[in-house]
Amino acid sequence: MTEVNTAKFALIVIAIGAAVMAFAHWFNVDYLFFASYTILQFIVLSTAWNILGGYCGYVNFGSAAFFAMGAYSSVFMHKFYPLPIPVLIVISAIVTGVAGLGMGYLTLRLRGSFFAIATLALAVVLQTLVVNWEYVGGSRGAYIIRPESLAFAGITINYIEYLFALMLLLAVLALVTARVIERSQLGFGFATIRDDELAAEACGVPTLRLKLIATTLSGAFMGMAGAPFPYYIGYLQPQSAFGLEYAVNSIAMPMIGGTTSWVGPLVGAILLGSAQQYATVTISSAVNLLIVGLMLVAFVIIAPNGLIGLVQERLRRRQP
Amino acid sequence: MDISFDLLINAVAAGLLLGGFYAAVTAGVSISFGMLDIVNIAHPAFIILGSYIAYFININFGVDPILVSVIMLPVFFALGAFVYQVYYLSFERRGQESLRGLAFFFGLLFVTEVTLILVFGVDYRYVEAVYIGPSIHIGLVDLPLRMLVPCLTALALFGAIELFITHTFLGRAIMAVSQDQLALQLMAADPIRIKRIAFGISIATAAVAGALLIIIQPVEPSVGREYIGRVFAICVLGGLGSMPGTLIAAMLLGVVESLTATFYGPSWAPAVAFGFLLLTLAFRPAGLLGR
Repeated sequence: MTEVNTAKFALIVIAIGAAVMAFAHWFNVDYLFFASYTILQFIVLSTAWNILGGYCGYVNFGSAAFFAMGAYSSVFMHKFYPLPIPVLIVISAIVTGVAGLGMGYLTLRLRGSFFAIATLALAVVLQTLVVNWEYVGGSRGAYIIRPESLAFAGITINYIEYLFALMLLLAVLALVTARVIERSQLGFGFATIRDDELAAEACGVPTLRLKLIATTLSGAFMGMAGAPFPYYIGYLQPQSAFGLEYAVNSIAMPMIGGTTSWVGPLVGAILLGSAQQYATVTISSAVNLLIVGLMLVAFVIIAPNGLIGLVQERLRRRQP
Repeated sequence: MDISFDLLINAVAAGLLLGGFYAAVTAGVSISFGMLDIVNIAHPAFIILGSYIAYFININFGVDPILVSVIMLPVFFALGAFVYQVYYLSFERRGQESLRGLAFFFGLLFVTEVTLILVFGVDYRYVEAVYIGPSIHIGLVDLPLRMLVPCLTALALFGAIELFITHTFLGRAIMAVSQDQLALQLMAADPIRIKRIAFGISIATAAVAGALLIIIQPVEPSVGREYIGRVFAICVLGGLGSMPGTLIAAMLLGVVESLTATFYGPSWAPAVAFGFLLLTLAFRPAGLLGR
């Protein structure tokens, strides 16, 4: 494979994104936008998870919490002072980035598993907070009226297409960031933490600082994925924002795809995401979550490096 | 704020009873996480499984839930031993327990919860027993038997584990594994076998804790998630694997939660455990009785 530089890579991904967008527009079926929005959202979430989980080896079980934090920042701003969604995405990124930094600072100085446990508890507590917070709707949830269409520079576009385009941009941004990290000194630093933190520390790698960068970045991207969600769903309830499917999918997708590179979460999100879109319509959503859970368990036991690992092994065997 | 003495003392009493029950819930994690260093975040799911087994047998055959849980002990022990064997072969032996092992337990937690949802639905389930309903009055204090019986059972279980660990050969071997696995190997003991037994015991406690849980409150499959924060908060505050520390931490959390529920409303109670956990991690990561 020839080496592609970051600018070219970004252009290629944007071109693919534009092609997908044009394709969807050409079909002009709203459902296609709704379904692919969810898949793109999972691409952002699983890539974000992988920055911390796959590169550094620290497990975040609180993806749903970060996602919901992003979504509820949007709801709060919507009630407080309505702003365009791109601004909301930036605000959510700041809020969740700071939250990720704080969580990391409190727990990452200690044993590795403490961080995982704390993120697991974070979801429960944030949900408690939101349920008790009347301003953002409390347990009843909050309605956000989504405009039918959006006029921008004289062109009127369908609102769902606008949301889709935003999520597409976020996915591109997440993938490019992940790929840049992978090839930079930062990425090598992350890899040393994953492989042997003690040895890395002894060699002078500033492990705590690197881990904090990873939690902040990862948290910020998860929040960004959540920011447009209230506009997408129209009615945000604590149960849907803190849904189990976010926590499990953002772990299962990178694990099933492969955690070592940016390709893994992408492949995992596209495969699992589209399979679930199909299964939710044809079977039931509980059964499809069960299948995701079983696949997660099966993959971590049988194929520790995910689908990408399986493919690489096959290729290696073919070469003499 | 006007706090009536009556209300306060009853809240503290309820908290102590609740704390006793939390001690039983945490006992298993104290063994697995505290002693064996296995981050079994699926433990609450096993507890809920225990609740549903107690529920199923209680409703269909009228057997007392605590009796059911005692009968189920060997089954849960075997289940635990099996889970450990899979965990050991797939992750611990390859040194991958930190990332994939955690994901494995998360998957187990998830699969158990969703399976229970598919089989029993998301309705709240409860059991029937003679001690659900009446209560004892001592002076100002109300002690509902629904809380008192689980608390006493929990303390009995807790005491039994503590005695087992400190006074039997196998129990001491478990302590030895937690301190120095290599040394144990040099003594020609098989650390994997001991860990398998210890993990089996840790899951067996979930059978009892589950039965107690469904006596105390109606249960639905996702209730377990609320216990993840509690269980690990107590375990860390108790000083990872120290049984007396765990008991004190459990009582403390029970009282604080009960006071919060009484004076600020029950919807705030789940947040208390997390606050506890964060404060502990920030100020006293070695736990109350930490070394």
